[in-house]
Amino acid sequence: MIETAYGYYAGCSLEGTASEYDTSLKVVLKVLGVDFREPDDWSCCGSTPAHTVDHVFAAALAARNLAIVEKTGLKTLITPCPSCMTAFKKAQHGMTKSDTFKQEVNELLDEPYECGVFAKSALQVIYEDVGLEAIAVKVTHALPDLKVAPYYGCILNRPPEIAQFDDPENPVSMDKVLTAAGVEVCDFAFKMECCGAAFGVPKRDMVNQLTYKVLSMAVDAGANCIAVACPLCHQNLDLRQGQVNSLMGSSFDIPVLYFSQIMGLAYGYSPEALAMDKVIVSAERFVRTRITTEEARENKEKEARAKSPKSKTTGTKEETKSEEIE
Amino acid sequence: MRVGVFICHCGNNIAGTIDVAKVAEETRKIPGVAYATTYMYTCSEPGQNEIKEAITREGLDRVVVAACSPRMHELTFRRTVEKAGLNRYFFEMANIREHISWIGENKDLNTVKATEAVRMAVAKVIQNKPLYSTSFKVNKRVLVIGGGVAGMQAALDCADGGLEVLLVEKSPSVGGMMARLDKTFPTIDCSICILGPKMVDVAQHDKITLHAYSEIDEIKGYVGNYQIKIRKKATYVDWSKCTGCGTCMEKCPSKNAYDAFNYGVAPTRAINIPFPQAIPKKAKIDPNFCRQFVKGKCGVCAKICPTKAIDYEMQDEIITEDIGAIIVATGYSLIDMDKLPEYGGGRYPNVISGVQYERLLNASGPTSGHIERPSDHVEPKTIVFVSCAGSRDKSIGIPYCSNFCCMYIAKQAILTKDHIPDSQSYVFYMDIRSPGKGYDEFTRRAQEEYGAKYVRGRVSRIYPKGKKMVVRGADTLLGTQVEVEADLVVLGTAVVSTPDAAHMAEKLHISYDTFGFYVESHPKLRPVETNTSGVFLAGACQGPKDIPASVSQGSAAASKVQALFSKDMLESDPAVARVNMNTCVGCLKCVKTCPFGAIKEKELRDGTVKAEVIETVCAGCGVCTATCPCGAIQLQHFTDNQLLAEVNAICQK
Repeated sequence: MIETAYGYYAGCSLEGTASEYDTSLKVVLKVLGVDFREPDDWSCCGSTPAHTVDHVFAAALAARNLAIVEKTGLKTLITPCPSCMTAFKKAQHGMTKSDTFKQEVNELLDEPYECGVFAKSALQVIYEDVGLEAIAVKVTHALPDLKVAPYYGCILNRPPEIAQFDDPENPVSMDKVLTAAGVEVCDFAFKMECCGAAFGVPKRDMVNQLTYKVLSMAVDAGANCIAVACPLCHQNLDLRQGQVNSLMGSSFDIPVLYFSQIMGLAYGYSPEALAMDKVIVSAERFVRTRITTEEARENKEKEARAKSPKSKTTGTKEETKSEEIE
Repeated sequence: MRVGVFICHCGNNIAGTIDVAKVAEETRKIPGVAYATTYMYTCSEPGQNEIKEAITREGLDRVVVAACSPRMHELTFRRTVEKAGLNRYFFEMANIREHISWIGENKDLNTVKATEAVRMAVAKVIQNKPLYSTSFKVNKRVLVIGGGVAGMQAALDCADGGLEVLLVEKSPSVGGMMARLDKTFPTIDCSICILGPKMVDVAQHDKITLHAYSEIDEIKGYVGNYQIKIRKKATYVDWSKCTGCGTCMEKCPSKNAYDAFNYGVAPTRAINIPFPQAIPKKAKIDPNFCRQFVKGKCGVCAKICPTKAIDYEMQDEIITEDIGAIIVATGYSLIDMDKLPEYGGGRYPNVISGVQYERLLNASGPTSGHIERPSDHVEPKTIVFVSCAGSRDKSIGIPYCSNFCCMYIAKQAILTKDHIPDSQSYVFYMDIRSPGKGYDEFTRRAQEEYGAKYVRGRVSRIYPKGKKMVVRGADTLLGTQVEVEADLVVLGTAVVSTPDAAHMAEKLHISYDTFGFYVESHPKLRPVETNTSGVFLAGACQGPKDIPASVSQGSAAASKVQALFSKDMLESDPAVARVNMNTCVGCLKCVKTCPFGAIKEKELRDGTVKAEVIETVCAGCGVCTATCPCGAIQLQHFTDNQLLAEVNAICQK
């Protein structure tokens, strides 16, 4: 069930390289009637560097933001970036489980955090709180040429005891959300395969090889687009697609979109409103072929008529006949 | 009152963390204690003699031994005091090992606590009354639950010893898991060829009554005198008429019924005989798929049956039997593949379980023994076996080893090479566990003579790539990632307890562990007994077990029943509830609360109503004692006065 109001923690990526995620997600949340507020004076979530150095320090960086949200009285914090979300959930998990840890963390903070805020990914809020029915109701447009491979990345639902969302080995939430939005989804085996994460800087070749696998599997699965929910995945798959092609001798030209952008398209928003120009591999082709749901229905009926030239009545008769033979 | 107290060192088990001499010294100050001493091993023969001698020498009339748990040696010492001429209930045990010395490190505190424990035992033993057991007749019929190899062995051994046996099997045929296997390790014997004769023996033995496709509905009573209700499930075929000709199965138009015997490798007909060697070889209708039941019209089998055995109106039938002992041999199940999402969770047709592969190998299986890939019936060339699929994985709640997967995977790798000479098998393993006779040699043969490539490491993911399945894992010996493109993947799925194991345990009043496996009386010394007398265990219901171990346990359980039935009369435990007729007000609350139905209403000659305990049925749980509003019903040997004496003993200061 939708709560009256949510917190919304954009994080650094959504203000920079992933601004299209921020723009499109806000559009979608508004359509779905999710009321969200951005906390004032938010700071770094701690991300990857902090916890590789010091767990208490990492938790304190995260808890500072959670404490700000807690003061506003909000209970749930929409956290679109999985890295931020993991930082928050880990801090929450550690501080709830151990009082000593909580004390250590709170000693570093000006305002103590009392563990009353739960970070959730945008996908989790849309999937669990909004629900598939509410997602489907708002759909105005169909994307008949689009076949999506939903790509969850490594930390959206893992480790299970921290993430507490969907299946850690075979997640289905994004599949279901996109299907509810009327989009065709492929059975994609590399849903959580490693994209190389932040190793793009020190070990570019390795990252390119890993993303090559993901991209190949998506193409093999029959997809012509990859949906993501993580700025880092997006960067490795989209921004580095050219690098992959030159290193591996491939010729991928597969758009990588945030799931919120795809939902926005289904809700009839313009490419500008969804910041589609920010992605490197253009998804123009899907926007061009976008039609309204009425048109899609008419097309389907036409197709159905073209397939079975016989009139409807004979068709039903045949059906009953075959049933009897059975 | 002259109480003697014997404090055991138990080597260093007790004396290491308790000052036993100090305990003895303190004990001597307790009123009523005439004698207190310590001994190295009180349970040893000289230790017991010491007790007997002290009883005569010191004129003792009550004895306390402060040592281990009463579950360990209470019976030992009761016999000791009885031999010295005392009533066996003039004995108490203070558990200063499991309750004190093993768990506490502070010797001073332990010593104080041990003294308190002794003080309690002394207070109680002073209050103890002499109790005498009565004897009752034994019904020498034995019930065996489960017709797998363990249950059949137990049934045959009991029957050969002259006992009358009721064998109840849940599925339509006996044979259990072993009947599904193609060959057995390490001898590559044909499984059904060695099991078939046993199955026939079970059917033909004049001392064995077989109830196939039946379940136990209710068990009442106690050792020597059980009343059970068996539910004979409706088969919709009159088995007294069915000849097992199989015509119905040929003509049945419903061809997509789930085949439980073949673990769904291929569909079967809605009316079917599970396998050619089935005992009894009778047909049964699956109402979930039969058109007569689903659509309300068909009736093909009824028309075609030469003996007119089909009866769509058949109902479950309940029969009642009296028996004296129970052997539980309910076997095991395998983990559902949906618990293993990293291996496809059952979504990929070419990822199958070991037992499904067994059916593919088997000449009487759905493919007539020709190995084929389920997706397109093509013969696979590269086969990957994954051992520990679920086993030894704490994250899904199965920390234990499934015992026989290493061995059957080696066997399947060997058989695969026999069936398809140009095939290549890969086996991913954590450790090769092959401690049986001839077992390790067998796994070596799979590698050295049959060329199976063993990769030490776990598989992290299985995913489809075109028509192949890619198995990705670690080779921990090379320290590298491995990917094998396989035509077929076979998972050595973890052994789990049967889905209704807990429910059955509750009916039997036996205990089960976290995983649903039944708990034996002692893990080493009483491996087939349970803590409920008259109930014995055999086979994998007690834990994962291979065929030889299951057969041994079946025979062992049978010999325990033979020993039990060697007496015509059994002695009852006198530590049961008893009603004081003078104080009982006849409210009969105890009748309602007794979980064993051991209390009944009794009308005295003057017409007043009282409660009465059926001594042989009472299990001595004490629930009635807590229920009785006027303290009229008392559990003998654990009366209110005896327990209060213990409480007072430690609450003096």
